[in-house]
Amino acid sequence: MAKAKVSRKSTSIDMTAMCDVSFLLLTFFILTATARQPDPLDISTPSSTYKIKVPDTDIAILSIGKGQVFYEIVGKDIKMATLDKMGEKYSVKFTPEERERFGVLGAFGVPIQNLKQFIMMDGDQRTKSGLQTGIPADSTNNQLAEWIMQTRNSTAELHATQTRFSIKGDSKEEYPAVKKVVDILQKQKVNKFSLITSAEGDAQ
Amino acid sequence: MAELDTSSGGGKKGKKVRSKKANTKVDLTAMVDLAFLLITFFMLTTSLSKPIAMDIAKPDKDDNSVERNELRASETMTILLGKNNKVAWYMGEAGKSEPSIESFREIRKSILDNKKKVADATGGRQIIMVIKPTSGANYQNFVDIMDELAITKISTAPAIDDENITDAEKDFMVKAGIL
Repeated sequence: MAKAKVSRKSTSIDMTAMCDVSFLLLTFFILTATARQPDPLDISTPSSTYKIKVPDTDIAILSIGKGQVFYEIVGKDIKMATLDKMGEKYSVKFTPEERERFGVLGAFGVPIQNLKQFIMMDGDQRTKSGLQTGIPADSTNNQLAEWIMQTRNSTAELHATQTRFSIKGDSKEEYPAVKKVVDILQKQKVNKFSLITSAEGDAQ
Repeated sequence: MAELDTSSGGGKKGKKVRSKKANTKVDLTAMVDLAFLLITFFMLTTSLSKPIAMDIAKPDKDDNSVERNELRASETMTILLGKNNKVAWYMGEAGKSEPSIESFREIRKSILDNKKKVADATGGRQIIMVIKPTSGANYQNFVDIMDELAITKISTAPAIDDENITDAEKDFMVKAGIL
């Protein structure tokens, strides 16, 4: 009787195709992932059980921490248009290069008078320079209100929608500091805004 | 230790020198493992790191329209946010009913109790919430209380009033040491 031979198959599979696919996906995810902009203010947001995600377009974020207010506009075109309007208002002239650099800038907290100098620095210098003292929001020199106003104008002109304002406050921030910012918004009839929080598990 | 193999070629004369065909197959398993690990990481972080927005609507400050609804005092619950993560709440009008001081842990139960009481007394009407953050409160308290309202499923829009904190309320809060 002939012995039944168990043919041994090799267990190694050709991984080339799988490798190709996985690296293609990897490249895709790396490219689409938005690089996190360094946050000039150290903010830990409070958590909530809300589930609505912050939209990506036509928003502006007001960061509040340590009594300072930082401002961030989302969208390069809106940023550049807003900068033009602000420059006109405060008679600061911005070169095309400065506009371009402002277009990719994240949150900032410098008075408009120092903005020109601030734009031309690189990331490391910006944090070291000590220029970031928050945007002035006093009643005599309310640059924050002006930024908000011009952002709304720019969004209305370029995208024909309304800007959504989000407030990103530090958990420990005292309420009057938040109220001050809210009052500025309300003075311009922005009565609806969102508070940015981090996710929390479901509560029973 | 490190030695150089110099024997090849020298001894075997006459034989054809065959160029050795190295096996071109590389084991890709480790590489694929790594790639998938990174894919998983990027997939998860891109969707999860998005912050969450809590929509807030505040009453228009200079709205002089006549279409204002009167609130029934008996259906209104006012929550005052004080310092040290404490809240004071009362039903009805300020000064008439004694406020109670609670922490954020306990307030959920009180909200639910009052919601039920109002619904029972009025035949299913929703309770009206008034939130008054005072200067002692911090931002976290404000977010927390809005979150509590969402958790307790209060569907009527809460009135956020940080302007009109009455003297009776102030007195009470000072007495309780939370203002």
